[in-house]
Amino acid sequence: MTSRLGGSVFDGLKFRKVSSPIHNLDPRMKFVYVIAVFIAAILFGQIIPLVILFVMQVPFVLLARVQRQWVRSLRGALFLALFIFVINVAGNFFTQGFALTAKNWEDAGAMTLRFVVLVESFSVFFLTTSPDHLGLALETSHVPYEFSFAFTTAVRFVPVLAEEAQTIMDAQKARGLELEKGNFMKRIRNYIPILIPLIVSAIRRSLELAEAMESRAWGATKNRTNLYALKLRRGDYALLAIIVGLLAVTIYAFIFLQVPTVRSFLGFP
Amino acid sequence: MTLTVEDVHFSYQSGVKALKGVSLTVKDGEFVAVMGQNGAGKTTLVKQFNGLLKPTKGRVLVNGTDTTKTSVAAIAKTVGFVFQNPDHQLFSETVEEEIAFALRNFGYAADVIEKRVEWAVNLLGLSQYRKTSPFMLSGGERKRVALASVLAWDPQVLVLDEPTIGQDHQQKENLRQFIVQLQTQGKTVIIVTHDVEFVAECSPRVVLMREGKIVADGAGKDILTDEKVLAESSIVLPQVAQVFTYLNIPGFPKNVIDLYEAKQLLKKKLERN
Repeated sequence: MTSRLGGSVFDGLKFRKVSSPIHNLDPRMKFVYVIAVFIAAILFGQIIPLVILFVMQVPFVLLARVQRQWVRSLRGALFLALFIFVINVAGNFFTQGFALTAKNWEDAGAMTLRFVVLVESFSVFFLTTSPDHLGLALETSHVPYEFSFAFTTAVRFVPVLAEEAQTIMDAQKARGLELEKGNFMKRIRNYIPILIPLIVSAIRRSLELAEAMESRAWGATKNRTNLYALKLRRGDYALLAIIVGLLAVTIYAFIFLQVPTVRSFLGFP
Repeated sequence: MTLTVEDVHFSYQSGVKALKGVSLTVKDGEFVAVMGQNGAGKTTLVKQFNGLLKPTKGRVLVNGTDTTKTSVAAIAKTVGFVFQNPDHQLFSETVEEEIAFALRNFGYAADVIEKRVEWAVNLLGLSQYRKTSPFMLSGGERKRVALASVLAWDPQVLVLDEPTIGQDHQQKENLRQFIVQLQTQGKTVIIVTHDVEFVAECSPRVVLMREGKIVADGAGKDILTDEKVLAESSIVLPQVAQVFTYLNIPGFPKNVIDLYEAKQLLKKKLERN
């Protein structure tokens, strides 16, 4: 294993405190935007609108200046995307008379692209929304504070856990553990010496956190107030306009338009 | 068995440059303490010794073999590495299973494993805990189990990352005795530590690091009494050296860190008066 786990897989979840037009947007509005993209991606099963949806996210990424982390998280989804593509091609092949038609390829491509669009929009959301902001959004949406706190804590500890997993891997490798050795079952078993210390230390850490919180009078007052309040600003209204526009176009196109396919342009049946 | 580090640079994926041109040779049987502030690159340096981290520039040779040309598991057989926090490695149901883990990885025969485990638990006074879960033990005991689990395969070089953290005075003294014992067997011992007093008591060769570079390298009694170099690394003088600096007696050597040596000097001085 040459890649450093702490530095790659979980990078999409590691939040860096920066200020950009996208970071400063109201998290609730951003979430609604993600849901709107979601709906559009589910409604369209054709490549062309999905490509448009994909490209639509790029300005957000550039404005937020998170392109490096964004590309990395997409690269992380590559394997699963490939898997979805292969399964779809094979599935269509077996269910539709053992023939590989242009439609077959295009449908598989659309399914894969749909997955990529979902991943990218979520990754933009998480890359530009701080755990604090997220907790605040949950609270203002009347989620009980206990739950929103648990959620933000969980998000916050993911990178910590990833780093710890790396240290544990190093410690076991220093004792001669070779993760990549053996057949499939053996390889899975190779991870036991990593998972057990990781779980034990996570439980230990959670107990310590609980003690530390109680000693700082967590939950002493029933009526909490927040230092920062969420307020809709100009940018948020602009995003709202984009959301409404996106949904209107999507629903209109879904009901009234015949979405052209790539194969019709290329002259395939 | 020589460790050679040749102009090694190392950057983490995050872009942090942790080592900026480090060269070092550790000879067979040496006792080296790597010291320095947090973030000076100590742990990053020692992780190069068994190939857990590979240099981005320069090279590290373990007994002549480049660490980039071999696996961690292969180097680990000669360079044992005990991590700072035992909880990062303990996972077995019993202490003896924990100690046997590495031996199994290295492919020792069952009867050899049995003998080595026996030897290691006796060496570190863990024989009454053989069948106990390592998670039930105290912090100090867990640290000893971690040490035993590495010593079990008898590596020629032993790297200890912060071995004195969370240890009481008696445990530190035991650890010191233990290192002395390893030294008499001709083992190379490398410790990474902040603990000035512990280093003063052991008086090893000291390698002082700052901002990814080695800023001083030499005998413990010379470096730990060099006020200027230590101040730059935010390290305080060992207590004995502080007393000697404070007394400032004419004709006294400045480089004294050993309690016994200090006592002899003072005794001689008092007798003469």
